[in-house]
Amino acid sequence: MSHPPLSIVMTHADWLGLFTHFMTLSLLSIGGAITTAPEMQRYLVNDRLWLTDAQFNSSIALAQAAPGPNVLFVALVGWNVGLNAGGGLGAGMAGWGFALLGVAVTMVGMMLPSATLTFFAARWGHRNRELRPVRAFKQGVAPIVIALLLSTGWVLTAGHNHPAQDWPLWLLTVVTALVVWKTRIHLLWLLGAGALLGALGLA
Amino acid sequence: MSFLPAQKHPQPQSLSDLFMSFTLLALQGFGGVLAVVQRELVEKKQWLTREEFVDDWAVAQILPGPNVVNLSMMIGDRYFGLRGALVALAGMLTLPLLVVLAMALLFAGIADVPAAQGALRGMGAVAAGLITATGLKLIGALHTNVMGARICWALAAITFIAIALLRIRLLWVLLVLGGLASMWAYRQLGALRAVGASQ
Repeated sequence: MSHPPLSIVMTHADWLGLFTHFMTLSLLSIGGAITTAPEMQRYLVNDRLWLTDAQFNSSIALAQAAPGPNVLFVALVGWNVGLNAGGGLGAGMAGWGFALLGVAVTMVGMMLPSATLTFFAARWGHRNRELRPVRAFKQGVAPIVIALLLSTGWVLTAGHNHPAQDWPLWLLTVVTALVVWKTRIHLLWLLGAGALLGALGLA
Repeated sequence: MSFLPAQKHPQPQSLSDLFMSFTLLALQGFGGVLAVVQRELVEKKQWLTREEFVDDWAVAQILPGPNVVNLSMMIGDRYFGLRGALVALAGMLTLPLLVVLAMALLFAGIADVPAAQGALRGMGAVAAGLITATGLKLIGALHTNVMGARICWALAAITFIAIALLRIRLLWVLLVLGGLASMWAYRQLGALRAVGASQ
């Protein structure tokens, strides 16, 4: 996307590792797929070096700008890993094939465990919603889920770690958070404003 | 309340109605679908009452997975069983996935233009703000938490430090903190019940 693909080599074991890691993330994604973004970034960008920070951040930004559930950022993350492994779209069929493989591996990995669990647990939970352990779990994890969302915002912003140069981006994030928190403005206006400020070089 | 038998509220007519409804719903949701779900399913289609929506939303939020996708699966399951859940899931993801990939492709074509890179950087900063604001909005829900405000704040602060600053693995944070918090909440719920019984 916004940066030249990394050149990486992915073995079969690497693809399997990617798949199982996303299966794990799926089961941890209480509060939505986006709450696993810090862990995903740690694994893909810091540990395995399969993705650049810029690719990771732009995957989330594009998915937010697009319609649909936020979980689709996972598809773009997979798309970018695939592009890096397949030499980019310039590599023709191989590039496309790897990119689509990346989408399939990450999306199926992300959706399969949580969807299966949801199907059975929602039925069970609906029947037993007054039980004390069910209520205790809901109450216990509530503050943690909220803190995970705040952590995601922090990790995305902290990727810009040159304060002297990146302060307008930090400011834009803080102002956006305050505006969305306190007003009912349509989110599309904010994304548009962010795009415009960025395109003009002001952020 | 009426003494008539509970009136059946409107419901999806068929699997294709379910698929189309969730597809259209997902395509309207920029920067998150929750607000659209409430407006479409509760106010317009009336497949759910407001009370049913709140109840289902709590469960959808507690379970892992994208909340709105979880909610759509629960609704699909209620009317058409497993097939309904799968169709709802497909409706929420298929077309939006194609749209987002098309956007990535379009963007790749102009990715070398500095203005395009700047635009995406700006949108990324806004996206970080949107996610932060979602967290801030939900803080209000903690006021009624059985663990009390101080414990909630402490849990949230420890989670933030562990995940955002120390970059500890999510699995350990959820197992250790989530486990301790749930046990504490269980105890508090018991104490609450004891107080209720003694009054």
